Amino acid sequence: MKVEDAIEIVSQTHPGMVRSHNEDSVAQDAACGLVVLADGMGGYNAGEVASGIAVSVVATEICQRLQGTSPTERDETTGDELGVLLLRDNIRKANASIFEAAQSQPQYAGMGTTIVSGLFYDNRAVVGHVGDSRMYRLRGETLETVTRDHSLLQEQIDGGMISIEDARLSKNKNLVTRAVGIDAEVEPEIHVHDVQVGDIYLLCSDGLNDMVEDEDIQSTLYAMQSNLTLAAEQLIQMANDNGGRDNVSVILVKVKGEFAVPRGWLANLFNWFKK
Amino acid sequence: MAAKLILSMDGVVIREYPLNKERMTIGRKAHNDIVIDNLAVSGEHAAVVTILHDSFLEDLDSTNGLEVNGVPTKKHFLQNNDLIEIGKYKLKYINDQAGQTNAADFEKTMVLRAPVKQAAPAAAKGDATASFMRTQANVDAAQAAGAAEKTGKFDARPPVAPVAPVAPAAPVSKPAAGPAAAPTPQAAVVQILTGPNAGKELELVKNLTTLGKPGVQVAVLTRRPHGHFITHVEGASHPMVNGVTLGDQPHQLNDHDVIELAGVKMEFYFKG
Repeated sequence: MKVEDAIEIVSQTHPGMVRSHNEDSVAQDAACGLVVLADGMGGYNAGEVASGIAVSVVATEICQRLQGTSPTERDETTGDELGVLLLRDNIRKANASIFEAAQSQPQYAGMGTTIVSGLFYDNRAVVGHVGDSRMYRLRGETLETVTRDHSLLQEQIDGGMISIEDARLSKNKNLVTRAVGIDAEVEPEIHVHDVQVGDIYLLCSDGLNDMVEDEDIQSTLYAMQSNLTLAAEQLIQMANDNGGRDNVSVILVKVKGEFAVPRGWLANLFNWFKK
Repeated sequence: MAAKLILSMDGVVIREYPLNKERMTIGRKAHNDIVIDNLAVSGEHAAVVTILHDSFLEDLDSTNGLEVNGVPTKKHFLQNNDLIEIGKYKLKYINDQAGQTNAADFEKTMVLRAPVKQAAPAAAKGDATASFMRTQANVDAAQAAGAAEKTGKFDARPPVAPVAPVAPAAPVSKPAAGPAAAPTPQAAVVQILTGPNAGKELELVKNLTTLGKPGVQVAVLTRRPHGHFITHVEGASHPMVNGVTLGDQPHQLNDHDVIELAGVKMEFYFKG
């Protein structure tokens, strides 16, 4: 099955109840199996600019490159798969674009953004992220975080300074330790995960997970898995009902079928004929 | 406004100590930041470590120990109005959110980063950065170079000079637990009226309760600050409320509404 037939994608973004404008950006492209979400920061509209650049660079560049090329091809020099390479390189590229814009235009100085992106191919998801925008996975009834925040709080949790239960009470929730566009270079965290039919992936900005407990995210995704649009609306509504103190964005990806890349001589022959 | 500790004994306030250092020690000996000259207090009794807007209390293996809100403890993540007891002395921890004026700014996501790089011409400098750098060094000593060099944070709000330092000791006004802040609506129950489970009651204690059979017909009852709603999720036929078929939008439930779903009738009502 082609990836665009195998996955269903729904995205929604909302400014929340307090902020006047929305600094989050989202993009999706089912044809190349890509979803991107970014949460910008910076004065005036700089946050929107940063997240907008990040999302459009990653989405357009990757999808363009994958036209006629399989993401499973391996790069000869590094040995990495093209899918992994593309995600890493384009997050870096987005970083360079934002950094450059921030350097050259005073009103954009200091702008930056988080990013979380998933590229689905060959029954896998390559996940790249920088900052505290997250990816979760619902498999069966279990909700797990796929990404680990690049934040002060996460480091404190890892260092044993603060327990996960206490972390909810922390007042340092909003400090990220890595962001796109702040420095000349950035190191995106990239991992490859196997996906299963029935999995639901949730990408979200911290406006969701700061306002809504994981338990409620889980029950919403589980109860509404047959209706992704409703699930996305419900998640945003819960964040807003709880105060909606930040912009809130969600992308939901549901795996409806297998999407393995055909392999073997027969498949190669078939592909050769298609060309 | 920094968080602070208010030292008192027998209800009489002795002194206030702003938590303006990364680490403040409490003890009998004179070199402590908070000196309590009493024999029941160990030389170095306890320490309060403050990282930006959070403070942690730690017992330094004192002889007589300490209590927080009446509970003996070795290590504690301090919350506003916590009462620390050392012998007859009491220290009240104040990290008051209501006193904050620029709440929204504090809630903005900010980056901890390196001030040395050329990328940060206006990075926060001075005391704030210095003390924070130390904090960072402690927090993530294990971090690799790239990550470990982060220090100042920026608050990108002003128009031209985008980098405004924020004193690390200043308490932030983000509500500690957003989700808990929302008012909970009146307790409600769904009672099944027909079918094999007739008479059963389902208390709506969760924010989201699922009704129906997956694959056949599913609706969810959501609990929101201003009431309970029913929403159709899946199935060819939509649920009915008081004989009227619902659309795709959430429908607010009133006391004693009758819901009909997959052939089963049930009554929604408020409790008490």
